[in-house]
Amino acid sequence: MMKISEVPQDKAFFEEGKIRDLCYVVDDKGHYTKALSLGWAPKNEAIKLAWDVVYEHAEETRKKILEGKLSPVAFYMELNIMNPVILANYMNLSRRKVKRHLKMKAFRKLKPHLIDRYAEVFGIDARDLTDIERLRQFKPADENQL
Amino acid sequence: MKTNFEHRQAAHCENGVTSNLLRYYGIELSEPMVFGIGSGYFFSHMPFYKLNGMPVTSFRVWPGMIFKRVTKRLGIKVKRIKYRNTAQAMIDLDKLLDEGKPVGMLVGVFHLPYFPREYRFHFNAHNITAFGKEGDRYYISDPVMEHEEVLTAEELKKVRFAKGTYPPSGRMYYITGVPGKIDLKPAIVHGIRQTAKDMLTIPVPFFGIRGIRVLARNMRNWPVKLGDRSAALNLGQVIRMLEEIGTGGAGFRFIFAAFLEEAAVMLDQSILEDLSKEMTVVGDQWRDFAVHAARVFKNRDRGRTSYSMLADMLLSIADKEERVFKQLRNIHL
Repeated sequence: MMKISEVPQDKAFFEEGKIRDLCYVVDDKGHYTKALSLGWAPKNEAIKLAWDVVYEHAEETRKKILEGKLSPVAFYMELNIMNPVILANYMNLSRRKVKRHLKMKAFRKLKPHLIDRYAEVFGIDARDLTDIERLRQFKPADENQL
Repeated sequence: MKTNFEHRQAAHCENGVTSNLLRYYGIELSEPMVFGIGSGYFFSHMPFYKLNGMPVTSFRVWPGMIFKRVTKRLGIKVKRIKYRNTAQAMIDLDKLLDEGKPVGMLVGVFHLPYFPREYRFHFNAHNITAFGKEGDRYYISDPVMEHEEVLTAEELKKVRFAKGTYPPSGRMYYITGVPGKIDLKPAIVHGIRQTAKDMLTIPVPFFGIRGIRVLARNMRNWPVKLGDRSAALNLGQVIRMLEEIGTGGAGFRFIFAAFLEEAAVMLDQSILEDLSKEMTVVGDQWRDFAVHAARVFKNRDRGRTSYSMLADMLLSIADKEERVFKQLRNIHL
């Protein structure tokens, strides 16, 4: 059983006074009560693993953009953990169109208002979306700024 | 305008919203009671139904069921609405808040500004309560947060109309009528029986105890069938569902044990206390499973033996849960 004295406090993503996991634990007399946990290592590892995958995919996409194959839309889609279906929903466009915009060739011909809309959905500046140089210099350390 | 609503933190969002709304109308039910009466406990593993390319595993019933069942079993009248028109969804909300009614809402967490960034996936079955509005700001009770939060109209609109799998579509729900007398005992028995039935008798192999066994069988083959990398990701996904914000530990098994302990006193049946202890053991086994699973997906090269070991742990858990629910099935008032 999880005893109240043994509630894990493996801090990773939570903040005391803001958000912690409420756990049902057993007190000294063997009765259930509540306690707050700052995190638990196995769970933190699982969340980290999920993000590692996101960044791996983003990195693969980034390389393909620098080769001129894929467009920045594809990169920011990955970073926002979206897929063409979710992105199409947010853009209010057909999936087919969004998939085309993932290619560099179609992206170059994108109308300015669509560039603006994509930038808005990704929460970035429209100028940053078209800035390939920014992608060239992108390092995982920049993740937090996005 | 702010209603006299008290925010209390809960492990799980839907339990919390339900419990907080009920308290506002003078019905004091703990989170475990809400979870038990609402038959929130479940297991499902659907290899064919995929999210981000991975099978969906869940330790609880579908979103919305707990609120629906609890209010129905206690004879409380509720209203539930969903919207196509975003403007209308906000106008109706404002009207209810003006009338002094707190409103439960389904939202997506991806754009929820007060959530830790690492938790902001495209998950669209989160529940919050709005309980007041001042100018452009809504007072929000999010049960997984320690304190009240505030969202601007723009932010609230965004999360109510999040996109992706199972979009919330502005869904909201609120209490419209409470009976003079609440009889908890039959509701508790109903809740327990339904959970036992769901866990034991659904004639599809992906649900209940059989679902745990299906997961065990598939997991054994993951490294061979999917390769080390995908196997690790699938395993990580199971652990996230087991321990993600809001399960109270061990995929709701500890909350359910707490419910059985409370129910034992209310129904004056000591067998429920014994079963609460057995359920605690089940929870411990799930936690143990999580510890071992984390070791496996961290060192991806371990190969087949460790997945076999995890599968064996699952089979042992399934046997144990089956024993508990076979006894619970025969509970009488």
